[in-house]
Amino acid sequence: MRNRNATAYRFLTPYLLIFAIFWVWPIISSFLISFQATRTVPWRFAPGFNWGRLIGDPAFFNALKNTLLILVIQVPVMITLAMVMAVLLNSPLLKARGLYRFAFFAPVVVGEVAYSAVFRLMFSLDFGIINKLLNSIGLPKIDWFSNVTPAMALIMIAVTWRWAGYNAIILLAGMQSIPEDVYEAATLDRVSKLKQFFFITLPLLKPVIVFCAVLSIIGTMQLFTEPFLITERGGPGGGTETLGLLLYRQGFRSLNFGYASAVAYTMAALAIAITLVQLWLTREPK
Amino acid sequence: MSSLSSARLKRSIALHLFLTPLALLWLFPLWMMVVFSTMPDNGIFSPGIELLPHGNFVDNFNNLQRDTDFVGAIIISVCVAVTYTVLSVMLTSMAGWALARYQFVGKGVVVAIILGTITLPYAVVLIPQFIMVARDFQLANTWVALIVPPLFNSLGVLFMRQSFSMMPDDLFDAARVEGVKEWRIFVFVALPLARPMLAALCIILFLASWNNYLWPLLINSQPGSMTAPVALGTLIGLTKVSWGGIMAGAVMLTVPMLVVFVLLQRHFIAGIAAGAVK
Repeated sequence: MRNRNATAYRFLTPYLLIFAIFWVWPIISSFLISFQATRTVPWRFAPGFNWGRLIGDPAFFNALKNTLLILVIQVPVMITLAMVMAVLLNSPLLKARGLYRFAFFAPVVVGEVAYSAVFRLMFSLDFGIINKLLNSIGLPKIDWFSNVTPAMALIMIAVTWRWAGYNAIILLAGMQSIPEDVYEAATLDRVSKLKQFFFITLPLLKPVIVFCAVLSIIGTMQLFTEPFLITERGGPGGGTETLGLLLYRQGFRSLNFGYASAVAYTMAALAIAITLVQLWLTREPK
Repeated sequence: MSSLSSARLKRSIALHLFLTPLALLWLFPLWMMVVFSTMPDNGIFSPGIELLPHGNFVDNFNNLQRDTDFVGAIIISVCVAVTYTVLSVMLTSMAGWALARYQFVGKGVVVAIILGTITLPYAVVLIPQFIMVARDFQLANTWVALIVPPLFNSLGVLFMRQSFSMMPDDLFDAARVEGVKEWRIFVFVALPLARPMLAALCIILFLASWNNYLWPLLINSQPGSMTAPVALGTLIGLTKVSWGGIMAGAVMLTVPMLVVFVLLQRHFIAGIAAGAVK
């Protein structure tokens, strides 16, 4: 390690330049824009204009409620499922491991638009394969797109399908970095596999699990494409509208940049709160 | 001993009995994507259950091309993803090298900022980025708009920093003693050693650009300048549109990536798992 300011910054400059132009300035700028009335020309400074509207806007609270509801249900289900996948893929008893890995990891490469299209077709009311299969085993059809509860469930199913394998990859890598001899010692002491999981794997994996949870929460918080394409712009009647969709609608449909920036900063505040909880959960014990 | 191995056998069978249906369930949407892409529209919207591919892919593709210029969009997507990958690998590996190998004023701040942006929602920068690129720079509907703003990538830099800091010091010191310049050490010693990590990084970056949706949707909204996912997305929800065609497009976006995934699985997984090992 050598102390060379000039050399180091020569290597860093292109990256930091992009960072300054496309991140630092926008972070400041959207904060400032959130205090301006942007639907008049020229924009004028009006500190309470957007934020005042935000705290009285039923559309904002609807989007916030939907986003938090998806977060609270979908993220724990997905992380648990990813954990199950990772543990079982890690089992020495598993044959044809490559095939199973392919099945669970393949959705990681599938784009949002492609899989949104497939899910929309699979779940359609009369001709969707899911309802046909439900019918064929004697269950009633579900109208996934016209009722709020099934529509929300569909969004959660789609996101879980897309991201569970991604989290399983990270968890699996974390598991494989736990030294083998810890388990060998436990096995010699006749500790059951189940106990080994709860008393060795889980505690040692805690930072990785928290990392996955935080990334998933931040990702789900910005959920946009699925309610945009699968449930048709947050339908039925705003039932799957998320903060991401509200921001899109306000910023890029109504061209109300000020209000959309206030929504964006609300998301940032939530993200900062979640990050602080993460730091607290993974702090070094004193 | 035999009782032990029969217990193992039972456990193994239980494992496979649980995991196989789950795996099939997970493959089902991808399988149906392929099946739909080979069925005529009146087959997709018929009451029967069809689970096997038909032979209608080419017709579906022609219908898609009639609905939107998908081939043109694919060409844009490929060119943009390749350029983005090359530029982004250069930027992130240079920055990663500086952070791994030199002590300098402000290093702690730079690292803290990069870590901080991982958990910062992209939504916060989206609107000013759009205003800047579209209004101030007048670059909407150009390749530059698609390539440059997403170049900032924090996970890539952390991944390369970790890769470079695992290399032994002696390697680089030997070159320094002989008076080799720092950038030559980086290009001719460090980068070749980091080849497996660079491969992993390339795949992840290419995929990110290939699948990127929100930014291209906003900034390149003119028909002739859309990327393939955006062009496909404009068809979803239209009433008079060929769904077989949409599925053919989805297959064309997805299957090449699945092939890459199968061929380069190890690098792929290394790139994604980088987040776990800090």
